[in-house]
Amino acid sequence: MREIEYRDALNEAFDEELARDENVVLMGEEVAQYNGAYKVTKGLWEKWGDKRVVDTPISEAGFIGMGIGASMLGIRPVMELMFWSFHSVAFDQLVNNAACCRYMSGGLINVPIVMRGPANGGTNVGATHSHTPEGLFASFPGLKVCSPATAADAKGLMKTAIRDNDPVYVMENTTLYGIKGDVPDPADGDFTIPLGKADIKREGTDISLIAHGASVLRCLEAAEILQSEHGISAEVVDLRSIRPLDQDAIIESVKKTNKACLVDESKPFCGVSAQITTLIQEYAFDYLDAPIKRVCTIDAPAIYSKYVEPDQLPNAKRIVAQVLTIASSGSVS
Amino acid sequence: MRGLFLPILRHIRNDGISLAALSQDRYVSSRNTFAMETANSPNISPLDFASSPINKTLSSEQKVRHFRQMTQIRRFEQAAAKEYTRGKMGGFLHLYIGQESLAVGAASLMGENDHMITAYRCHAHALAVGMSMDECMAELFGKATGCSKGKGGSMHFFAPDKNFWGGHGIVAGQTPLGLGLGYGLKYKGLAGSALCFLGDGAVNQGAFHESLNIAALFGIPVVYVIENNGYSMGTSQKRSSAYKDCLAQRAEAYDMDWDVVNGEDFYEVRAKMHIAMERARKESKPTVLEINTYRYYGHSVADANHKKYRSPEEIEKYKRDHDPINLWKQRLLDEKILTEESAKEIDNESKKQAADSVQFADDSPAPTIESITEDVYWETDNNTEASKIGRHFFND
Repeated sequence: MREIEYRDALNEAFDEELARDENVVLMGEEVAQYNGAYKVTKGLWEKWGDKRVVDTPISEAGFIGMGIGASMLGIRPVMELMFWSFHSVAFDQLVNNAACCRYMSGGLINVPIVMRGPANGGTNVGATHSHTPEGLFASFPGLKVCSPATAADAKGLMKTAIRDNDPVYVMENTTLYGIKGDVPDPADGDFTIPLGKADIKREGTDISLIAHGASVLRCLEAAEILQSEHGISAEVVDLRSIRPLDQDAIIESVKKTNKACLVDESKPFCGVSAQITTLIQEYAFDYLDAPIKRVCTIDAPAIYSKYVEPDQLPNAKRIVAQVLTIASSGSVS
Repeated sequence: MRGLFLPILRHIRNDGISLAALSQDRYVSSRNTFAMETANSPNISPLDFASSPINKTLSSEQKVRHFRQMTQIRRFEQAAAKEYTRGKMGGFLHLYIGQESLAVGAASLMGENDHMITAYRCHAHALAVGMSMDECMAELFGKATGCSKGKGGSMHFFAPDKNFWGGHGIVAGQTPLGLGLGYGLKYKGLAGSALCFLGDGAVNQGAFHESLNIAALFGIPVVYVIENNGYSMGTSQKRSSAYKDCLAQRAEAYDMDWDVVNGEDFYEVRAKMHIAMERARKESKPTVLEINTYRYYGHSVADANHKKYRSPEEIEKYKRDHDPINLWKQRLLDEKILTEESAKEIDNESKKQAADSVQFADDSPAPTIESITEDVYWETDNNTEASKIGRHFFND
């Protein structure tokens, strides 16, 4: 296995899909000649040219709607939002046209687009650039949403998203772009990861930490501390895909550990974790030894200050503290 | 110079300037070479677009067919309005009555690689591209036999097999999609055009301006057709839009060709649409056309105020003097390819078809509860391997 950065794993996914399907086209602000604001698309314009890798003006409603319209004729646009936070200026296109055209046409149309870009806090860019809308978009039937935490998942999910015949919104993370991880060598064959399949990133027996995106890494850090300092064995369930959702993996883990702490960088009110809470209480109620707990982003717009933003987001310290309210040292089975 | 552009004084149109008077002005955009030939002469009669190349090729049969289509659309919508008031359908019903020459004129020019998309006032476009009255009426009734299986309603008719892409409910929300249809054509190397219709109220939405910029910047073969009926819902043009001479003139800022069209003249609609479509097909360049027209009914049938924001006299004047179907009929009578009797026969047949479609809709079954979760995801509808992984729906 070789180690590459998350951004390079994405880049490899694009390169392979551009080669596989002539209808795949990358679009977005600065994705071509500038090589991408975060260098995720570096080198692709040089390799694939103007037709396949397209710089757009700063007109999210315009170019995203254009991609949706083009997808109706069989083009497969992979469109970058420089920040997912910018979704707000294209909301009509994202939730009316992308999500509903198939339905309103009685199934005559499908919209095979990928929307992608970073959706995260933690970089001190203030409230307007720190939104995490995975729960928001997952609440629209017709859309699919995933949020990879590792380089391999980023590549595998992106390739699947591009091949999917429905709109898939991929939420990446600027704090993950530079993190290296094992990714299978392309020489070893086509590597994809299905949507709707969770991954147990760490096995455990005492509590299930259920997360997606960068929060998975925070859970892994917390699991180390819980094990070494408190003798608590935490299982880390990485959802990877929000919709479709691997409900079975969640329920199986909770049935095994009998406790759940959901770690979710989105806000607590109606966030992804709220949906998962209701699924656990419905499908694993009799297996729970304690109330379901959550660690979400503290319920306020994203604060700018670098001194406190790390504590507004889920982190190992907050996760450990929350876990200890339901699974104290020495009392676990 | 971009245009020989004489003042239209569009902002006083609602105070009595007629469409006919407007049509006799010489508003001609620079690259409209057909009209330019005669535009500089002071003593000519109004242009007769019957002599434009695209209209010269029209056979008598085609001319009568277009009369029939317009008549069918009107009778369909009148029947729909009647059934709406009888409580047979829910939601909104935005009628196109008075504007029929626009959709039919445009559709009459569409070839294999020409595509059409419009806003919520979409019944005429649907029928003009060849959708059946039955499937359209059934959709209005919310029946399973409707063109969208009862899932779209009045504002959301689609027929991809006829290059018709909706039917969109949000004002100007379809304008980037129309851009995308043009983008798709260009990407695939097809010589075609995307006809994207919008109302005069849509020109003030940001999505439209973003689309115009990208259309010109990327050289997209799209024709934006502003169906200007003078009112964005209940607000007249002069109360809703800032403009110098007309709305299409905004294209000037994007270095885009544009023109103004007298919508009551079927020949003129076709002639100017054709020029714009050829520009798209052959030069891969966009155009904005503003077609002046008028709707006799309110913004929707539920618009109870529509006789308050405009006078009954104004409405009657349009019906009497500027009705596109009557004017087309008169042209065909003058050309001796239609008689009063044959026109009446076509009208009666259209009424009968509309009545039959009401019966069809009435007799059709409602969608099932189970069908609510169909047509959401392509993958689940097609029962693919991907659709079997993970939970897609979150019902009780």
